[in-house]
Amino acid sequence: MDNILSVLVFFPAIAGLLGFVVDKNSARAYGITVAAIEFLLSLWLWFSFDNANAGMQFVEMIPLIPDFGISYYLGVDGISLFIIIMATLMTLIGMISMSITKNIKNMIITLLFLEMTMVGVFVALDAIIFYLFWELSLVPMLYIIGAWGGPLRVYASIKFFLYTFTGSLIMLVGMLFVAYVYHNLTGVWSFAITDWYALVLPVNYQLWLFGAFFLGFAIKVPMFPFHTWLPYAHGQAPTIGSVILAAVLLKMGTYGFVRFSLPMFPDASVMMITPIAIIAIIMIIYTAMVAYAQKDMKQVIAYSSVSHMGIIMLGIFAMNAEGISGSVFQMLSHGIVSGALFMLVGVIYDRRHTKLMSEFGGLASVMPKYAVIFGIMLMAAVGLPLTIGFVGEFLVLLGFYQVSPIMTILAGTSIIIGAIYMLTVYKQSFFGPVTNEANKTLKDLDAKETWSLVPLVLIVVWLGIYPKPVLGPIDHSVKAMLSFMDEKAITQEAKDMIKVAKKTKEVK
Amino acid sequence: MLQPINVSLESLNLITLAPMLIAIAGGLIILVLDLINDKLHKSLYVMLTLLILVIDFGAVLGLNVNERGFFDVMLIDGISIISQLMIIVGSMIFTPLALTSKRFHEYSYPEFFALFLFMIAGFQFMVTSDNLILIFVGIETASLALYTLIALHNRANSYEAAVKYFTMGALAAAFYAMGSAVIYGLTGSIELYKVAEVMATRLNEAGLMIAIFGASVLLLTAFAFKLSLFPFHTWAPDVYEGASAPLAGYMSVVPKIAAFVVSIRIFGMYIDLGVEWVRVVILVLAVLTMTLANVMALVQEDVKRMLAYSSISHAGFIMAALALDTTEGTTAIFLYYALFMFTNLGAFSMLWISRHKHRRFNQRFDHPYEKFAGFIHIMPVGAVIMGLFMLSLAGVPPFSVFWGKIYVMQAAVNSGYIWLAIVMGLNSAIAAYYYLKLIVYMFLKDPVKDVDTVYYNLSKPLMAVIGMATLATIGAIFYVQPLVSYLYYMISASGY
Repeated sequence: MDNILSVLVFFPAIAGLLGFVVDKNSARAYGITVAAIEFLLSLWLWFSFDNANAGMQFVEMIPLIPDFGISYYLGVDGISLFIIIMATLMTLIGMISMSITKNIKNMIITLLFLEMTMVGVFVALDAIIFYLFWELSLVPMLYIIGAWGGPLRVYASIKFFLYTFTGSLIMLVGMLFVAYVYHNLTGVWSFAITDWYALVLPVNYQLWLFGAFFLGFAIKVPMFPFHTWLPYAHGQAPTIGSVILAAVLLKMGTYGFVRFSLPMFPDASVMMITPIAIIAIIMIIYTAMVAYAQKDMKQVIAYSSVSHMGIIMLGIFAMNAEGISGSVFQMLSHGIVSGALFMLVGVIYDRRHTKLMSEFGGLASVMPKYAVIFGIMLMAAVGLPLTIGFVGEFLVLLGFYQVSPIMTILAGTSIIIGAIYMLTVYKQSFFGPVTNEANKTLKDLDAKETWSLVPLVLIVVWLGIYPKPVLGPIDHSVKAMLSFMDEKAITQEAKDMIKVAKKTKEVK
Repeated sequence: MLQPINVSLESLNLITLAPMLIAIAGGLIILVLDLINDKLHKSLYVMLTLLILVIDFGAVLGLNVNERGFFDVMLIDGISIISQLMIIVGSMIFTPLALTSKRFHEYSYPEFFALFLFMIAGFQFMVTSDNLILIFVGIETASLALYTLIALHNRANSYEAAVKYFTMGALAAAFYAMGSAVIYGLTGSIELYKVAEVMATRLNEAGLMIAIFGASVLLLTAFAFKLSLFPFHTWAPDVYEGASAPLAGYMSVVPKIAAFVVSIRIFGMYIDLGVEWVRVVILVLAVLTMTLANVMALVQEDVKRMLAYSSISHAGFIMAALALDTTEGTTAIFLYYALFMFTNLGAFSMLWISRHKHRRFNQRFDHPYEKFAGFIHIMPVGAVIMGLFMLSLAGVPPFSVFWGKIYVMQAAVNSGYIWLAIVMGLNSAIAAYYYLKLIVYMFLKDPVKDVDTVYYNLSKPLMAVIGMATLATIGAIFYVQPLVSYLYYMISASGY
């Protein structure tokens, strides 16, 4: 099936449209079935994926507005493949574990449309199609936060929308400018990213364009100081909203850096290593400290999620294969782990309708299964060896060590601070005597919750012990990208910076 | 002794007049029908108007590009043809909105439809001439008819709106007449192509710049009124509020297309002549218009007033494209309006179906935001459609206005105005807030009052119009390509 990407993008959308007809009592089963089929389709994509090919595969191209150079252009490589699978997996698991009963049909339809936009962003190879899905993904999320969220939901959803929308409009101007430059040089209009890769831009253009794209992506990641929308969005969103937001939507930003900024502006990226590394380290340490100060369990995870996104950013700007592959792997691990943590917080919130840690204590004796799974996910978030979190974090730090050992040590403190706040959460909520009467009668995980969490635990352990099947294709595509960047770079510093990575790779 | 003028019928090329004559004859037919039998239902007049517009459309399509006629005062070039087509299509969408399920005063008069057709003829004259006097006649024919149409809505604030619009219109007409007089004094001609020739030779004369400046400022003021540009935009929200919703939607699109065509002819000429400060003034006006109108729209309590400010802001967007004076910029103007037309008329039609005879929610406003609270529970399909229109106006892809927006922004980038593209982007972000506000009310809040009458004005023809507008809004991605290439071809064929 050569057009499997189109099927992947539009299957959930068509299912969403047809979902209007489905009776509301069956909507949930419908949604889970559709999401499961979508997940199987994405697995099929993986099995028919050629691991030896580092370039774009399953490419589809239909000119849409040829006068303007816009075409329907999709493709997938090792970098995007696993993010797509992670997106479909988290949508499926999020739906299975969902505890919402109000307007369930609207929720299912919204989620299916959201799934379309998520898959669309990661397979788009035309900048305008990318932008289209990117912006469209805001609308379902706005509705999910605004309709099912907490008391401040309207404020949180509008803040989320406007923040991202503003950044991406600046990015749009950048895209239009790249297209204009491309037109000037070749006489042809094109928004295809693969065409843009071939452009060798002067350094000052690169810097300006890097800035424009940076605004769009950094707000989405979210990078310090643009992160303020995220705690609100997480704090107010329903569990499913937080799961999707943390697992997939934030990855759009980091993916954008890998897909657009690095290969298109190699020189500017190299020049920006230090500023971005500084921001990333501020993100890592500052938000980790903020996380420690939180009283609300969900806020702890929200801030820890920002902190881990800092690690991903650091790895991307390591400019070597270890760092970037590690980042892409960390995107997956962060998606699975933080998604699972948000689901776990949702579990306890459904039972007690509070997320304050002071309300809990000694949960381990009342809910043993819950405590075990929470513990595993916590360890994965901290980056304990043999969990998925370790692999990515280790590779990122290894990669960035070649750039700057001091900054790497600073970033490494995140593991310590992370361990501190995570273990504090665990200690306060799970250990000790059961102090609160209301907690004594809590039920342990039911079948639905267990079956949605156990697969994630298995993945965490599996990829923690044996990451090669995933890391292999990622590494392959990343190396191809790096050697391409090296060829394209004009300044000597950039060539040196990117070459360093290649030399160490050869030594190995 | 005066020389007798030899005129042959062929040299008049009367076919260039055919489209306007069709509209005028149609209006007369409607009046005559009313004389013969005054008990005819409005549906007859609506359908007759539509049919006449169809013939008019056909007549325009059949015109040859770049012809002159009727003592050379008529100019059929590419932009005149596409603007006429757009004017007629906009009118065709508007006409069936008369077929509401409730009776409204104005539609019981056949004169309404006759005036409507005369107005269209006026717009057509405006866009098919480069003769300053004929343009003036066109403006006045159309405007006088439009004032009456507004007043026919028969409410206190409709009269207020009509009088306000009339006063402002009269002022604009005066500015226009004075500006044209100065141009005539400078160049001895009222034909724009001759004006351009003479002016080109006299541009370097000392002391003349002040007169050229005066003429362009007067004309710019006149058109700033018509296009509701800052600081001459203040009439627009009040007039839109007083007019019936469909007419307000119509006013935000069709008269502006006509005024833009004339502006392209006049100010495009100035910019082509190298009078750079005209471009600067237009750019400043455009940026101020889009920004200030956006800020004003943020604080509105009434959806119709919000949409009024939003159309002012969109006009500012398009005005910026005019200042670029490139083929792409001009194409952007028409593309933007072609796409904006469906969405905006659709949005105003949604207000129309929720129109009540009396103000139920608020003493002051017809369409306060509270009226749409919880719309999703009352009328799910209506709420989704209105939401789509709002997202489209905000410039969310892949809905129609987004394509217009990126085309305008691309045209700005291509001419080297990157800061302008960024200003446009930031303005779109500000605008998103007030469109979202309505979406929030519709989807995320609970209904405030007795709810069974919100879609009280709905009827099948209205549903058809709204359905069409929705399809055009969603499916824009599929027709942008042929539309752009047609517009670009026509515009470059006539040398803009």
